[in-house]
Amino acid sequence: MDLSVSIGSLRIPNPLIAASGCFGYGVEYADAVDLSSLGGVAVKGLFLAAREGHAPPRIVETPAGMLNAIGLQGIGVQRFIHEKLPELRARKAIVFVNICGTTIDEYVELARILSDVEGVHAIELNISCPNIKEGGITFGCSLTGTHAVVSAVRKVTSLPLIPKLTPNVTDVASFARASEDAGADAVSLVNTFLAMAIDVETRRPKLTNIVGGLSGPAIRPIAVRMVYECRQAVKLPIIGMGGIATAEDVLEFMIAGATAVQVGTANFVDPFIWTKLLDGLQSYMQRHSIARLSDLTGSIDTTKRHKAWISS
Amino acid sequence: MPVDIDAAVIGNTRLSEDYSVLALAAPEIATTARPGQFVMLKTSRGMDPLLRRPFSIFEVLRNSDGSPRGITILNKRIGTGTGLLYEIESGARVQCLGPLGVPFEPADAPAQAWMVAGGVGLAPFVTLAEALIARGTPLTLFYGARREADLHCADIFERLGVPIVFSTEDGSRGSRGFITVPLEARLAALESSEDVRLYVCGPTPMMRAVADVAARHGRRCDVSLEQVMGCGMGGCYSCVVPARDANGTPHHTRSCIDGPVFDASRIVWDALAH
Repeated sequence: MDLSVSIGSLRIPNPLIAASGCFGYGVEYADAVDLSSLGGVAVKGLFLAAREGHAPPRIVETPAGMLNAIGLQGIGVQRFIHEKLPELRARKAIVFVNICGTTIDEYVELARILSDVEGVHAIELNISCPNIKEGGITFGCSLTGTHAVVSAVRKVTSLPLIPKLTPNVTDVASFARASEDAGADAVSLVNTFLAMAIDVETRRPKLTNIVGGLSGPAIRPIAVRMVYECRQAVKLPIIGMGGIATAEDVLEFMIAGATAVQVGTANFVDPFIWTKLLDGLQSYMQRHSIARLSDLTGSIDTTKRHKAWISS
Repeated sequence: MPVDIDAAVIGNTRLSEDYSVLALAAPEIATTARPGQFVMLKTSRGMDPLLRRPFSIFEVLRNSDGSPRGITILNKRIGTGTGLLYEIESGARVQCLGPLGVPFEPADAPAQAWMVAGGVGLAPFVTLAEALIARGTPLTLFYGARREADLHCADIFERLGVPIVFSTEDGSRGSRGFITVPLEARLAALESSEDVRLYVCGPTPMMRAVADVAARHGRRCDVSLEQVMGCGMGGCYSCVVPARDANGTPHHTRSCIDGPVFDASRIVWDALAH
């Protein structure tokens, strides 16, 4: 059975990638999880400089989901390279570095720095974090901004370049198209949905940041729809995510059009989820006599829909 | 390394309308757990609540031959998850991840160890007391609550032979007022040549007050902090506390993997207690 998939020039042993912001820098899980058994580890978003992020409360639970407003706390790119990357290399992790900037120059500088170090396998361009005002999301919410930042970074790196798209736009597919036009190798989607929760007793917002990003099973059907729409719009590989918690969820995203997936919130609930997902994928492949998992990508069969009963 | 066990509930003793002691069959966790460490419990089998909850390991349960059999947690019903755990019955199963976090460092004689507990903050001190007794370290428990009815499980410490100093806000047991009152009196009575190390767990204002008292008397004080925690593994960065690094610069520091136990002098109490 072949579970491997390709993201541009990068071949990964299976489609399961730990989602950025949900797996620390990967090293936190290195004793509990065989990092080399994952399709990849997308590390916590990095700016050039260290950032402290927002004050707690940073998360709040909602039905079948959670809001977060961490605010991209991070150690900065140089400390990542010197303090975290050596262990990721030693553990043979496939490393997707998620980068964040407030200007195009910062993204370019980050990509340049990371392209020169050993052990970085792909760059995920964070233009979709809903929790910081400056940069990032402003590129991700404008087609010209997305095109500009992707093409600028493209010029300085030959690593697989993967813009991470926000669902907080009218038409995600047009942002996938802008990314493709600008030279991206793949797109990942979706980041979290901008949301909020209020304590009605005190009338205070439950998050210090007032608003935060909704993730978890609650968002999965919307994310699947967005992956499906992007699949119609672009030829690029799509890394799908949003509430994946079971092997069936992985398969749903792949059938909708994803080449690979990321798992985030479910890893909080179960850090040992990875082997369970892999087992589930393998048993599905056996049951359906599928030799190559990548054959499933985009295999949705809309002809099997019910015919209209009554023509209008 | 933490393990995740689908642990059978082997008992759930309701101490009051709010408190229960939940016993879980988890020998693998009981074997490696150290004082002050915690577990992450999935309080429902479904998605409400979605995330796990952190709980100090309260007791290590043993078989008659002394081999570890499981753990208990001291649960206080404050929300949906803790409410479900309060109601759960023997035979049910609870997904239990652990042991997690930085443990207490037990003091060695001739130093004394003073454990200061506020309410449900008693939870990490049974295992610490056992470790201190095993090392021959003299120890005392300072145990405060709002009223006598909230002073649960003191009998465990009495059986271990640990001297206890009580306080209640209404004066129904021990001295009236906060636990810092008898604590400060005892500290003031100590000779400077007598070494003592404080261990604190309870509500944030209480931990802050104890940390202030300890600092005034120049005594080492370790606090066990708790924040809203998403994963317990260092993955989500939700459980941060303001803690100073070696240079004295404060940073948002994860209480799950850099704590929950911190040297109290590292904590920026003005920020945390805000």
